[in-house]
Amino acid sequence: MSEKPLILMVDDEPQILRLLTVSLEANGYRTLSAASGQEGLVLAAQHQPALVILDIGLPDLSGQEVLRRLREWSRVPVIVLSVRDDERGKVAALDAGADDYVTKPFNTDELLARLRVALRHATNQEEAAVVQAKNLAIDLVTRRVTLGGREVKLSKIEYDLLRLLARHAGKVLTHRQILREVWGPGHEEDTHYLRVYIAHLREKIESRPESPELILTELGVGYRFLAVG
Amino acid sequence: MPDDFRPNPDQLLAAIQKEDAKQHHGKLKVFLGMCAGVGKTYAMLEAARREFAAGREVVIGYLETHGRKETDALAEGLPAIPRRTLEYRGIQLSELDLDAALARKPKLMLVDEFAHANAPESRHPKRYQDVLELLDAGIDVFTTLNIQHIESRAEAVSQITGVTIYETVPDTALTDAEFELVDLPPAELRARLAAGKVYLPERVATAQENFFRTGNLSALRELALRFAAEHVGEDVLAARRAYGAGAPWKSGQRLLVAVSASPTSASLVRWTRRLAGELHASWIAVYVEPTQTLSGEDQTRLAKHLASARALGAEIITTTDGDVVRGILRIAREQNATQIVIGKPAGWRVIELFRGGSVLNRLIRESGNIDVHVVRAEGETNPSRPLRPDNFWKIDIRVYVWAAGIVMAVTGLNAVLDRFVGIYALALTYLLTVVMLALFTSRGPVFFAATLSAVLWNFFFLPPRFTFYIKNFQDGMMFAMYFIVALVLGQLTARIRNQQTAERQREQRATALYLLTRELAESPDIAQLLAVVIQQVGKTFGADVALSLPDSSEAGPVTAYFASSWALSDKEQTVAAWAFQHRQAAGCGTDNLPASEGLHLPLVAAARATGVLSLRFRDATPLAPAQRDLLDAFIRQIALVFDRERLREAETQAKLLAESERMGTMLLNSVSHELRTPLAAISSVASGLRAAGDLNPAQQSLTVELDEAARRLNRLVQNLLDLSRLESGHLRTNPDWHDLRDLVNAALQNLGRNLDRHAITTDIPNDLPPVKLDAVLTEQILVNLLGNAAVHTPPGTSVEFQARAEGEQLVLRVADGGPGLPPGDPERLFDRFQRGPDAAAGGTGIGLSLVKGFAEAQGGNASAENRPGGGAVFTVKLPLVKPPPVPEEKA
Repeated sequence: MSEKPLILMVDDEPQILRLLTVSLEANGYRTLSAASGQEGLVLAAQHQPALVILDIGLPDLSGQEVLRRLREWSRVPVIVLSVRDDERGKVAALDAGADDYVTKPFNTDELLARLRVALRHATNQEEAAVVQAKNLAIDLVTRRVTLGGREVKLSKIEYDLLRLLARHAGKVLTHRQILREVWGPGHEEDTHYLRVYIAHLREKIESRPESPELILTELGVGYRFLAVG
Repeated sequence: MPDDFRPNPDQLLAAIQKEDAKQHHGKLKVFLGMCAGVGKTYAMLEAARREFAAGREVVIGYLETHGRKETDALAEGLPAIPRRTLEYRGIQLSELDLDAALARKPKLMLVDEFAHANAPESRHPKRYQDVLELLDAGIDVFTTLNIQHIESRAEAVSQITGVTIYETVPDTALTDAEFELVDLPPAELRARLAAGKVYLPERVATAQENFFRTGNLSALRELALRFAAEHVGEDVLAARRAYGAGAPWKSGQRLLVAVSASPTSASLVRWTRRLAGELHASWIAVYVEPTQTLSGEDQTRLAKHLASARALGAEIITTTDGDVVRGILRIAREQNATQIVIGKPAGWRVIELFRGGSVLNRLIRESGNIDVHVVRAEGETNPSRPLRPDNFWKIDIRVYVWAAGIVMAVTGLNAVLDRFVGIYALALTYLLTVVMLALFTSRGPVFFAATLSAVLWNFFFLPPRFTFYIKNFQDGMMFAMYFIVALVLGQLTARIRNQQTAERQREQRATALYLLTRELAESPDIAQLLAVVIQQVGKTFGADVALSLPDSSEAGPVTAYFASSWALSDKEQTVAAWAFQHRQAAGCGTDNLPASEGLHLPLVAAARATGVLSLRFRDATPLAPAQRDLLDAFIRQIALVFDRERLREAETQAKLLAESERMGTMLLNSVSHELRTPLAAISSVASGLRAAGDLNPAQQSLTVELDEAARRLNRLVQNLLDLSRLESGHLRTNPDWHDLRDLVNAALQNLGRNLDRHAITTDIPNDLPPVKLDAVLTEQILVNLLGNAAVHTPPGTSVEFQARAEGEQLVLRVADGGPGLPPGDPERLFDRFQRGPDAAAGGTGIGLSLVKGFAEAQGGNASAENRPGGGAVFTVKLPLVKPPPVPEEKA
């Protein structure tokens, strides 16, 4: 793709919009601004952006509502902007189909990193056979996991968990999403399963399990596997 | 707002949801009458007109005006949907067009005659089912109904009127209905009937003879009144349930105990109370007032029995009936009693054989499906009761003297008449005298007059005169027959008069209660309500009335309401306060503080007292049982209304609270948004500059400072918001399972470079299971504790974090190597805006108060102390919940 990707930003704060415009255009994106949920939906339909940055605290429609309407007809990746203490809002947005979130005040580097991951996941449909992160390699075909070339023995659930996270490397997954995927529907509230298995997994694959680098905790939201590449 | 009322949000939510559900569901308002012709349709139309005038969409679904002109005139101008007409066996029938009604879907629809049976082949066999469908569709409905059509009352009505009722409506169809009683005194109704305003003229005569007898009407009126009053009660009950007080009675059993003036009744009442308690049943104590009056001693004893039953939780009903068995069974059926409790009689009486068996035998025989308990009276001895009522021989000398005098006078008159007429005609003048006497006095003097006149007739007029001797057989027969006829006629007349009096009293009572109910319902505000109570009670009972209300709290003292017609002395005020606190009647005529001047009755509804009504009777005689019963009904009604007012106030308070909570949250959100947006801009500018690269080292470090400052400011904003949330009680915890290490890492990351100059060690046991905590609050606790340690200790010292599971607690410790705690109470460190005297720059004095607040919000606590080896240690203890088991994985 030679053309620069178009990013639609929906936020009622003009200053944030201006800042995002400067940062994004400096980093090789085209931008489009909308000051309300309604306008955002119209622009999204007209311009088919490659990605949407959506503030979930909009005055007219709630972020969840914009997401819901957008998801009725579009798979465009959405990154949600939220405030720090609104864990429920973040989780609700993610479960409603947002791809990732950034907490205000956000770091430009962090936002750009999220943006790249979301765009890559959206465009790159075929999966790599091997996921490589630091010295960990996961062979999705043979189900072999190696750490520095040495094989790591994982239980079935541990492997499923790791594979799920690694396949979405760089992208946040909510507790509900992980629990449903690995343990099946009906276990969405059993967060303690997740805590126990993630702890096991970190023991096996992290070099310093007490300060993990591969499987990162998004407090109150979910987990994120280290972005690869 | 009183502190003792703090609705739990979940209960509140449930109540609001029920309100919501009710709002989607139409509301039913029933205009209830005792029988046809009281003006229900008219009242309904008037109400509808008011709604119409207020701009509501009102449509007539079905109206039956019976061709009454005024009613027709009132309906004019209101939109109506055409009726559905159909022909059945050659007769034109018209019915409510349900589909058209649903299609029109007005806000409010009038559907007359709730109990009507629809024409064959209609959608529903009964009209009330049509109405229920309208309600389901969210349409409010006004309808009319007579008491006899309510299923639970139909039988009572049948018994009263002797008319079998076919068109009944189940009580369940009326569960959520609002009732408006359309009342008309029997006399007026009969007048309307006679004027042809009720039925078509040719049917008046039969109707008047059967259904519309005054006696019937009074009974029906009482039934309707009672139903309406009970329904007010149900509203309150539902409201009470919504506010969590719980329903007192669980079973469908309802006991009835027959109480009399007999001393044995006391144990009977206690026995019934025990049984009711065991069965979780409600119970009523019934006193059937005979047509004769009781002696003073009996009255006192009866009042005591009834008072004790009332105190033990019974509902008290007194009724008037010459026949005790009939009276008891009538009340039992009216009140849906399932079991009757009656005392075992002390002995058998010959006279009862002539009356169709003893009370007991008849009660058992006639009770049908109601169980009868016959209970041996215990304790007090039962004095052998006189064959006739106590007062039969009780002589009010004056009446007897009067009776004797009249008979004497008539004898004088007869002496004159004797010259012109035969001796048998003289007997007739005596007879007339006895009957006339019976119209004015009770049975004793009538009996006396009959005997005296017979004797005098014999002595003065029957030959041989001036002897008691009767010569010929014919005279003897005449004498005997005169005596019997005089006696019987006199007794019958006296009985009829007594019954009339009783009925009149009953009607007076019903009317008084109705007036009170109506006035209470119409009072627009609480001040008016109180004035009505004082005025009505005073007028009805001939008493000075004081109404005392609690100052603020439930147990607190009571103060007389300023508009009371009786200024309570200090002593009476004390008695009123006692009555309020103990929720028991006190004062004269009761067992509590009987020496006082007035009677003080607490207004108790839903197990709480809302005030005290004090009465000082203008004449000194104790209240008759019927009066006492009426007063009781008054008190109950007033208490219910007061309780309803209180609930309404509580609801308003709850709404206000919810509203202020909503406003508070909104304000917090908007402040948080306003403060953070510029911070977000500053942060991203700083990071953006760095990301853009090509900065010289000085510029690079300036952006780092900028970023750091923004982060610090952000933390401060966060703390201030948290604090205000904590203060305002808007803090909601969201506990979930977490790995404590994640929380600690997040806190360390959050503090960033603030900890750079200290040696941080963390000690968390590897086998620490997931902990159930609020992630945000706990992270803030850690950030503040660690940040606090970094600010208040010299660079280069160590900060140690340690977590331990100790029993049921998760203990978090942050120990530092600094100078230790400032002198003074360590507890005070956790107070808001409390800063150490030599605190370095940085720190606003709210960090530790947040630590404490957040710990307490999660059911934990925070403390501080000096370490033995120097430095301070801050400890936070949080409840530790064992996680549920994680299923073992199959290998």
